[in-house]
Amino acid sequence: MVAIQRDIDSVVVNGVHDMGGMHGFGPIVIETGEPVFHAEWEGKVRAIFSGTVGRYYNLDEFRHVIERMEPTAYLEAVYYERWLHAVETLLDEKGVLASGSAPAPQAPPKRPSNFPAPKFKAGDRARARNLHPEGHIRLPRYVRGKSGVVTSVKGPFLLPDANAHGNHDVWEYVYPVRFAARELWGADASARDSVSVDLWESYLEAVR
Amino acid sequence: MSEHEHQEHDPHEHDHGHHPEPPTDVEARALALESLLIEKGILTSEQVDEIIRTFEQDIGPMLGARVVARAWVDRDFRKRLIEDANAAVGELGLSTTNLARLSVVANEPGVHNMIVCTLCSCYPWMVLGLPPTWYKSPPYRSRAVREPRVVLEEFGVTIQEDVEIRVWDSSSDLRYMVLPERPSGTADMTEAELAELVTRDSMIGVGLPRVPAARS
Repeated sequence: MVAIQRDIDSVVVNGVHDMGGMHGFGPIVIETGEPVFHAEWEGKVRAIFSGTVGRYYNLDEFRHVIERMEPTAYLEAVYYERWLHAVETLLDEKGVLASGSAPAPQAPPKRPSNFPAPKFKAGDRARARNLHPEGHIRLPRYVRGKSGVVTSVKGPFLLPDANAHGNHDVWEYVYPVRFAARELWGADASARDSVSVDLWESYLEAVR
Repeated sequence: MSEHEHQEHDPHEHDHGHHPEPPTDVEARALALESLLIEKGILTSEQVDEIIRTFEQDIGPMLGARVVARAWVDRDFRKRLIEDANAAVGELGLSTTNLARLSVVANEPGVHNMIVCTLCSCYPWMVLGLPPTWYKSPPYRSRAVREPRVVLEEFGVTIQEDVEIRVWDSSSDLRYMVLPERPSGTADMTEAELAELVTRDSMIGVGLPRVPAARS
């Protein structure tokens, strides 16, 4: 499968990975008696990931490499093919595969001890900003510009947008925000149902 | 071609001993990467084997089922589980030494929860094991947030109109797990018996716990 080698050089945010709400993928195919790994190589890829993530690259960098895949290659690839593509790419980019000794493993991120108070609290209404930055972000397209209710305060966690691009020291609170189904999908959606999305503080603005 | 169809193609199935097929491209690349990392002293083959063995044998929905059964019999544990799931599952001796934080959302009368990761495949693997292929597939990721009731019907689960469905899209370092409701008719069951009723799908929110067999 050569297609998987195709990579988009430019940065990508609104990629095909951002699937929430898309139409056309058909019914859910459920495999009965599914094994943990479908082939030996899949287990090896999973193990290589476990043995190198957090040492030579972080989870946000890993996700972003997959998001940078050319869209048809992304959709055609078996799940662990995407992972293989990501570990190959990252270990190469980080110089781990170059001849000579491998670079020293990264130090684990340190959470700051003094952290300002969260801007939002449970019960606050908030709107997801309409952000389309060049690069990695964990703000799904289907909530951008939509309003919801903060249900709790979590974190602080590393900001993926920074952590995927070399700045490993930006921390923000994360808020599970509950969006009414009708806010997201219109009047045909259930009046009762909701979708909760975990959003970093800079993804949100207050609704007054 | 769907991921499912891809993954049914086992590269070993054509190997009849006479004319072994060469390894597929992905298989060859995975083996080459493994060899290189071992050669460079970054991993050992024992570590690789141990990680694979752990995922195949030690981690799976039986862990989550223990957590659920304990929450069904111990109200204080249930409360701690919802407030701080990492600490609570640690009480049961389960590992919490990974990057992600577990967050447990409880079904209750009038509320049904289900989990998805629309952006990739985040999943509470520390208590459920690695996710099934359908969970990682475009159909589930695209539809669970937009039409959860239709998705649930495909899993054979009908949620009444007057029950609120809360879908949790795992976009951060929190890994959601559903605490299903304890089935009726289980008052005299032990914690171990209750754990047998807890399915993987009931902890994702696309299924319900098994109903206990009628007793005489």
